[in-house]
Amino acid sequence: MNVPEKKLDVRAILRDLEHYEPRRHGWTWRVPAADPQYGPCTYSDLSEPLRRSIPPLAAKSFGGIDPQPMPVITTEIASGRFEDDIRRMRMAAWHGADHIMVIRTAGQSHFDGLIEGTPQGVGGVPITRKQVRASRKALDAIEDEVGRPINFHSYVSGVAGPEIAVMYAEEGVNGAHQDPQYNVLYRNINMVRSFVDAAESKKIMAGAEMLQIDGAHNANATAKVAWNVMPELLVQHAVNCAYSVRAGMKKENISLSTVPPAASPAPDLKLNLPYAVAIRDLFEGFRMRAQMNTKYMESSTREATVTHVLNMVVSKLTSADIQSTITPDEGRNVPWHMYNVEACDTAKQALVGMDGLLDCVAVRTDGYMKERVREIKERAVLFLEDMLATGGYFAAVEAGFFIDSGLYPERNGDGMVRKVNGGIGAGSVFARDADYFAPVPSHFGDNNVAQYGLRKDDDPASLIGGSTFTDRRKIVYVDELDPEDNVDNRMKEVAKYADGSLLRPEVQWSGDGTVVVDLTIPAAEAVAAAAALDIGRKMNLADVEVIHREILHPAEATRIQIKGTFAFDIDVASLTIPPPPDLLSDAEISAFVKDRPVKIVAATVGEDEHSVGLREIIDIKHGGIEKYGIQCEYLGTSVPVDKLVDAAIETDADAILLSTIISHDDVHYRNMKKICDYAIEKGVRDRFVIIGGGTQVTPELAVKQGLDAGFGRGTHGVHVASFLVRRLRDKRRP
Amino acid sequence: MNKTTVRPDDFASRREHLASLTDERLKAYFWELAERSVDPLITLASTHTTPSIERSVLLRMGFSDAEAKVIVDKTIDRSLIGKGAGHVVYRLAVIDGVSVRAAGMKLMADEGWDRVASAFGVKR
Repeated sequence: MNVPEKKLDVRAILRDLEHYEPRRHGWTWRVPAADPQYGPCTYSDLSEPLRRSIPPLAAKSFGGIDPQPMPVITTEIASGRFEDDIRRMRMAAWHGADHIMVIRTAGQSHFDGLIEGTPQGVGGVPITRKQVRASRKALDAIEDEVGRPINFHSYVSGVAGPEIAVMYAEEGVNGAHQDPQYNVLYRNINMVRSFVDAAESKKIMAGAEMLQIDGAHNANATAKVAWNVMPELLVQHAVNCAYSVRAGMKKENISLSTVPPAASPAPDLKLNLPYAVAIRDLFEGFRMRAQMNTKYMESSTREATVTHVLNMVVSKLTSADIQSTITPDEGRNVPWHMYNVEACDTAKQALVGMDGLLDCVAVRTDGYMKERVREIKERAVLFLEDMLATGGYFAAVEAGFFIDSGLYPERNGDGMVRKVNGGIGAGSVFARDADYFAPVPSHFGDNNVAQYGLRKDDDPASLIGGSTFTDRRKIVYVDELDPEDNVDNRMKEVAKYADGSLLRPEVQWSGDGTVVVDLTIPAAEAVAAAAALDIGRKMNLADVEVIHREILHPAEATRIQIKGTFAFDIDVASLTIPPPPDLLSDAEISAFVKDRPVKIVAATVGEDEHSVGLREIIDIKHGGIEKYGIQCEYLGTSVPVDKLVDAAIETDADAILLSTIISHDDVHYRNMKKICDYAIEKGVRDRFVIIGGGTQVTPELAVKQGLDAGFGRGTHGVHVASFLVRRLRDKRRP
Repeated sequence: MNKTTVRPDDFASRREHLASLTDERLKAYFWELAERSVDPLITLASTHTTPSIERSVLLRMGFSDAEAKVIVDKTIDRSLIGKGAGHVVYRLAVIDGVSVRAAGMKLMADEGWDRVASAFGVKR
């Protein structure tokens, strides 16, 4: 892995934005891998590898490979400060994300127009031209370093949809959510306004080849009995899909946001799989964006992750063009850096792990599956029939058809009722006159171009010398409107952290200082929570809050996670940073050993039966020190320290290697001290290089016990051999 | 709770007419119904406009959103929205022989509205 040394230069990204031009328009899919072989493994359905990435930790056993699955992987970013978000985009991209979905600030859907500049947002960023340009410009650099195009995405909803769609088309935004039903049901925006606006938005998006994702998954997140909304979900998808095609979108640029509606402890697959099959049958030719379930998320990141992995089993058993991820902390806060990364890793690891699943198993098309798939489809058809009989879509919304908790045709009377003349923007729809005209491309609906001598297929903007879509110089770029609330002021406040010489931990913003402490407290929940707050304060944390509680036993113990602010700066200049291990080359070590034979004795000491680590350091087949010609006498496990020293004397060894895995009560360090003391007692300490190793060994502490060196987790034969050769060289010198 | 919209699950009886349809036919029927549902919505969108649509037209013509908002609001005030806000700007540009942007600036400054209105045959 080739690690770049520099942090993203946010200031450089912000410079000269008024002249930025997007390098491309439209959506990009992953490319199937030309070579199915990654390291020792052969795969069935992978995409091309990345130039730079962070593989899962277990990759170390498979030659460090980082296979990339076929679906585009989404990450959703929502911190409210785009200057920090773009650093997170970079982290996510290195972990496999190639679809960056930026959540809009709370309330933007009700903002009547475009927001400009870089004000801070809440639960998302205010989507502005400047923010979009800066993000897209940063993503240009990030996609170059990872070697895969990255799609940038946000929302075309609210009462300014068409304007936002134009801005996205101009700025090279690659995808967007667009679904008028989302406005109607969740944002209480007038339904007539929403549908009229939506046709224009969709036409603009179609012209820019943007990928559209619908909003149906929100019905699942909102409904009281979420798994009952399956028939309605199919209807919502159908309304948006049919409407989008009629507005001019290609089917392959229309993606359904489909979510498995149930989750464990319900029988997840039994409920979700027939639904997933039904939707893919009915919506053949459209794209599937597999969303993860958010409905049942609580504060446990582990529990959320299990649900999400099961969601991906469904994706893998059916299909997913995009695998969306939900950060596992979304049940307790606006997502943090590391959880975006975790969510991407979960998706990548699970999808790669299920590579070739359909070569091994098949989804049944008889019995339960057949009956259930059919039933879901029929229920959706009955919903549509009923909707038309009631007077159409608007009438059905007025009659509370949607988000009802009944399994349609069952209805519980708790649906969301909206009135056709109610909601935000009611009364703002105007009839077009016969001579209505708009001199621009990608305009939906009646446009009397004939009155100016144009044909239907001519670009109406030819009358005005072109539009912003063909001549970027016509775009009016607004930098900042608010002298206080903008990125420059925010960055000034945290400028001391910019070059990395001062550090604070962070979860979302530079210098936020937020830390999480995981505590297992041997008390019942209420006591444990109160104790945890006190512990946090005594650790000098400010603003301590409990963010997760998990009963291990009602009386014995409670696991509590607290967050707090670590309000101190760490000066990097004051830190002692161990130098990276200075390793000798294999040839150098072998040459030394050939010239001066080296012999060692080795064992696990004390009552310790764990020998795997030591064998890996020694055995030639694991790349251990035997391969350099070092003669190794392995004495076995649980060897008393005196026996080990005696064996070294007997065999005239140069070095003693002792391995200690068990570390309870610091027994590993006590054994190190014991062996040194015994060697001194026998008068042989200077004859031997004594080295201790084990997963819980801290090198400095091992040396403190009197050893020549200690080696911890991640040690390989070459580390030990390099040290040994150097030490023996020093010994030889007078 | 809205009592009129409470209904037990009558799927078994309600589905009778679907029982004989093949899966393919059921799918085709699903899409026929979906198309029928969006037909009136598409017609509505084809024949109507909104402030946001008109502002988006002006954006494409080279105005900022703040400028577009002023022009569209004035277009609505003068009952010319049925012609299209972009149309109003275009027409004034033609009448006055100026650029589209210059025409927009005039309209923002309350100039030229009468000329445009009479060109459209609209009486004040």
